[in-house]
Amino acid sequence: MTRRVALLLAALGIIAVAAPWLAPYSPETQYRRFLYAPPMRPHVIDAGGWRTPFVYAIEMTDQLSQRYAEDRDRPRPLPWFDSDAVDPVFLLGADSYGRDLLSRLLHGARLSLSLSLVAALGALLMGAAIGGVAGYRGGWVDEAAMRSVDFVVVLPVIYVALVLRALLPLALAPPTVFVMMAGIFALVGWPFVARGVRGIVAAEREREYVVAARSLGAGTGRIVARHLLPACAGYLLVQFTLLLPAFILGEATLSYVGLGFPEHVASWGTMLIEAANPNAMQRFPWTLAPAVAIFLVVLVANVVLQSDKIGSNLIRRA
Amino acid sequence: MTLGRFLLRRALFALLLTFVASSAALLLTLLSPGDFAADGTFGDPELMAARRTQLGLDRPVAAQYADWVSRAVRLDFGQSLLYSRPVAGLLGERALNTAVLAAAALGVATVLGIPLGIYTGTRQRGAGVRVVRTLSVVMLSMPPLIASLVMVLFAARTGWFPVGGMMSAGASEMSWAGWMADVAHHIPLPALALALPLAATLERLQGQAMSDAIRQPFVRAAEARGLSSDQAMLRHGWRVSLGAVLGLYGLMIGSLFSGSFIVEVVTAWPGLGRLMYDALRARDLYLVAGCAAAGAFCLAVGTFLADVLLAVADPRAHMEARS
Repeated sequence: MTRRVALLLAALGIIAVAAPWLAPYSPETQYRRFLYAPPMRPHVIDAGGWRTPFVYAIEMTDQLSQRYAEDRDRPRPLPWFDSDAVDPVFLLGADSYGRDLLSRLLHGARLSLSLSLVAALGALLMGAAIGGVAGYRGGWVDEAAMRSVDFVVVLPVIYVALVLRALLPLALAPPTVFVMMAGIFALVGWPFVARGVRGIVAAEREREYVVAARSLGAGTGRIVARHLLPACAGYLLVQFTLLLPAFILGEATLSYVGLGFPEHVASWGTMLIEAANPNAMQRFPWTLAPAVAIFLVVLVANVVLQSDKIGSNLIRRA
Repeated sequence: MTLGRFLLRRALFALLLTFVASSAALLLTLLSPGDFAADGTFGDPELMAARRTQLGLDRPVAAQYADWVSRAVRLDFGQSLLYSRPVAGLLGERALNTAVLAAAALGVATVLGIPLGIYTGTRQRGAGVRVVRTLSVVMLSMPPLIASLVMVLFAARTGWFPVGGMMSAGASEMSWAGWMADVAHHIPLPALALALPLAATLERLQGQAMSDAIRQPFVRAAEARGLSSDQAMLRHGWRVSLGAVLGLYGLMIGSLFSGSFIVEVVTAWPGLGRLMYDALRARDLYLVAGCAAAGAFCLAVGTFLADVLLAVADPRAHMEARS
């Protein structure tokens, strides 16, 4: 489990950190001559036999229906090896503004993933702290914390996030939106963490090793941080694997309905706005690329969770 | 705890939830920057001030809140500023639409998930089981946002279903049967988008619970008494596994609500979620509070029904002190 989560994180982290170098073009450059350009298929064979991977340049054949055709006489190298800035190579196609979808997807991964990472860590920290204290102290602290948790947990999370976000000012700079969304997600996510941590801590604090630590004179803070929270490590890891995709979806949902990042900023949610028009989405299905990316992340998280006994046990208990 | 007291506690919790959720929504809207008066005035301060006075938005927050509470306890939720209609009527209409969608999705999820779960739970291996398990992980990874986009793509490509909405343009003039048929033509895609991840969750849980249950000695005993193994599993094994599955229904009501918001937005289903979104964007405070009240109430009723179901199926459940 730990290894798998670490692998997953590392893979996502590399994509996110390296996005500016992996992306062939700027995510916000608009190539006005290539609105809704289709994905250009890489080829390895031409009339002369095998070659290094290349694509054929495209030419608009019909302005009205936005149709393009491959120009077989003009082979082009893949975008990373292509220095032509006027005539870009779209491996995943272009959106309604003629922006390169691959570049936007990579830059979007950076924004969406880092946002949910920060939010998930925030939720874990808050949840572990509150759940830990509630479970260890017991009494009215426990009662008060768990009653409020019960209350938040029954609410449909997306509505809480929606209300909180909708009531803050709409037009904000992207960094402000980032901090605000991470804060909101952490705020709606911690009760789920706190409930489980509290249960584990409450069960563990009567165990011999805790009693031994206490009788040796260890203080509350030390016992919770050094002895009880490590006991929750497996649970926290599972929660992290659950929260990460949930927050990616949260960002996508809020941005899709226009309450997230501004449209020109590339995130998986803002990219999905392109797919809001059924007619355009049906004619240019490559605008659904971010949906595929989200699906893959959620799928990987689910496979990691499922492959592990802890995961399936927790799903059963939920 | 007796069943009566348990039900009473749940009913009180439902009322409290409705009250707190709607109050919080109203207060947050009151305290947030911007209000409805700004709409359509092109930033003219005099016009805005005049509208504020006219709508009563210039009073202190506490006074507006107290006024709203005193009317809300008499089930008068005020007038929607956005639609210029009483909030209560609007809510009834939209809540019904959401309830129809949610019920359809819950039905589809149950019909798909439970039998498949029994199938994978009783048979541990085989090609069929592997196919179902793989499909179920894929479906689990298709949250309503993605699923509804895929459904819209499917509808737009094939033309077999409408890409959005709940009824066709002329539906209000149709006969009762025609109207039903029209809605029935619109509902499959949004309902499926909402139902597929839930069906996968149900399948996973039912499979787990079933494979635990059939290892219990009483299933072997039933077989030993001469029941066929299918009968032993269904009549004894499944009954016991139901406790865990019904427990999930209570939690699923919440995710149905969460999921229906985005499905309503993507497929233009005129439900509570869309209404709430429009109300929030327009800062239509009475409508926001009304939506929160209606949503919380439906949620509480849903969880309450699930609890009752659980209490009936497994009498041990309500004995534990649950709130």
